[in-house]
Amino acid sequence: MKIGLFIPCYVDQFYPQVAIATLQLLEKLRLNVHFPLAQTCCGQPMANSGFESLTSGCNLNFINSFEEYDYVVSPSGSCVLHIKDHLHFKGREQESENIKNKIFELTEFLTDVLKIENLSASFPYRVGLHQSCHGQRGLHLSQMSELVAPSFSKTEHLLKKVKGLELVALDRKDECCGFGGTFCVAEEAVSVKMGKDRVADHLIHNAEYITGNDMSCLMHLEGILKRQKSNVQVIHIAEILIAG
Amino acid sequence: MSELNIERDHASLAEDFNKDEKRVNWHDKTLWFIREKRDKAAWQIPEWEQLREHASHIKNHVLANLYDYLLEFERKAKENGVIIHWAETPEEHNAIVQSILKKYHVNKIVKSKSMLTEECHLNKFLEQHGIEVVDTDLGERIVQLANEPPSHIVLPCIHWKKEEIGVLFHKHLRTPEGNADPQFLTHAARVHLREHFLTSKVAITGVNFAVAETGEFVVCTNEGNADLGAHLADVHIACMGIEKIIPKRKDLAVFLRLLARSATGQPITTYSSHFRKPRVGQEMHIVLLDNGRSKRLASDDFRNALKCIRCGACFNTCPVYRRSGGHSYHTAIAGPIGSILAPAWDIKKNSDLPFASTLCGSCSNVCPVKIDIHNQLYKWRQEIVRNGYVSTKKKVSMNFMELILSNPLLFTLSGWIGRKILTYLPFIVNNNFNPWYKQREMPIPPKESFRSWYQKNKQH
Repeated sequence: MKIGLFIPCYVDQFYPQVAIATLQLLEKLRLNVHFPLAQTCCGQPMANSGFESLTSGCNLNFINSFEEYDYVVSPSGSCVLHIKDHLHFKGREQESENIKNKIFELTEFLTDVLKIENLSASFPYRVGLHQSCHGQRGLHLSQMSELVAPSFSKTEHLLKKVKGLELVALDRKDECCGFGGTFCVAEEAVSVKMGKDRVADHLIHNAEYITGNDMSCLMHLEGILKRQKSNVQVIHIAEILIAG
Repeated sequence: MSELNIERDHASLAEDFNKDEKRVNWHDKTLWFIREKRDKAAWQIPEWEQLREHASHIKNHVLANLYDYLLEFERKAKENGVIIHWAETPEEHNAIVQSILKKYHVNKIVKSKSMLTEECHLNKFLEQHGIEVVDTDLGERIVQLANEPPSHIVLPCIHWKKEEIGVLFHKHLRTPEGNADPQFLTHAARVHLREHFLTSKVAITGVNFAVAETGEFVVCTNEGNADLGAHLADVHIACMGIEKIIPKRKDLAVFLRLLARSATGQPITTYSSHFRKPRVGQEMHIVLLDNGRSKRLASDDFRNALKCIRCGACFNTCPVYRRSGGHSYHTAIAGPIGSILAPAWDIKKNSDLPFASTLCGSCSNVCPVKIDIHNQLYKWRQEIVRNGYVSTKKKVSMNFMELILSNPLLFTLSGWIGRKILTYLPFIVNNNFNPWYKQREMPIPPKESFRSWYQKNKQH
């Protein structure tokens, strides 16, 4: 089984430790993982801004980078959802469809494909889970609070296997953090207010760390925490699952 | 944004709203409370999700057969003695209403809450023609006295605190200064409105559901004001969008269960009033408005929005709406649903609204008729850019971004430059010209990118 590691562009450039943790986690599970160096971005920043018309370059690059793999795995719900919903290129329709079917967000890959039961991770802290919207409502990584349906959470399922980790309950389980791509600067006031409220929900429940499946949301929350001079830190779930 | 012909866009109006953080907290909590009430009500119905699915199917069926159902409704309503009018535009709609009022020589009407008349700006039109409009829904009356549009389709004055309403009523209804007791103020409004009910010859109501099978229409209120108005008036004018049709009376069993639970968490509205035929001596009119609906019907991407039953659940759940207030949407219908309806009415003026969202998707999940609101927001963004309603600055930055992100070498190089700037020249980004930095710290740049680490450590 050959796995293509898809690292979101901003993670590659600003949060390499998240990519390293993802790679190490998959390698620890004895998987054959490659990072195709020609990869750049999934195209979401342009598409969500209304410029899907400008994403063909990214799309072609993505198809060329990942078509040869059995699975594509990425530590981001948002970027994976974008690929699943929007990857296309004229003349490469079949390859696009194949990639859409074999691309997985990291925790989804661990629970649904590998079906792992045991993790030898340990992280003895109080952790709040910020379940990012695209992973949750788009990829169904966990049940959504709006629906009258049985609850489940692939992310929590994994976190509960981590030794010493205490998951804190939040008042609003799946409220958006307000990052929203270019929304975070175009609608700065509302974006920051949403982020502050999201942070406050974690602080009030004495979380020491805020984790999640998407570094973009965590980067936004981290910016707010640091401005508040808080000691609470953000950490990607891959880093927790490899810890200890 | 002047380039786009929007006087004040959502972002800037929302920024104003956020200047009073305590008020934002209050607004957010008030609406979240209603969202929670909605959740509790929904969980009382084990088949809730099937009910939503069923409602969605009925609405899709109606939209696929709208022409036939409208004619059936018209035929049955006419048989019932109702006078039917068709309006293509808001102007036509308003002119029809005015012509009816002219016939009766009235200079005042009572109106129960109708978002359609807000869509047509009927109040302003009639007032310009010397006719006083008295909104009889309490919330609607409050914003009318304050000379404001509603900020929410179900809770028009949700942005007003009771103390402020006390001040407003003191000014307009002469209630004692400083009295902000909701029960007292409601009573004062009741006395004030009763006089208008008794002296108005014409009543206008909205329509929640129009039943094709019987030609009747259903109006849902909690205050009974639609009934009081219609029963006391010589003329009842009901204004509705052409999408309000449902095939049969039995379909109400689906929609009435969903509507109030989604809207406020009540099992049902206090009044679900059926109007079928005028009583002896009364005249009943129905004005059916298109206003772009038939055009939308032809669009595979946006047709779905016509399923809306105006419950407002998407407002209450929307994290952006809760923290920006209804008026920041500068349109008759605010919130997520307004953001996908308004661009169809005027794409230029409302080109900012589909961007007033993080695309979190909560709106689509609470929608009782399963409109894919967040997907439509995404599609409207593409439509807006395709039609050129986008600033040059944004266009240039997007083209620049595309250039870098589609080229591995340029991408690697700019990433390197970005990290160096953050490390050695942080003042270039850590300033007030950078909206990120205004209230957030920038990420601390790592020594090297992942790809550079990978090449050193993993590639053989």
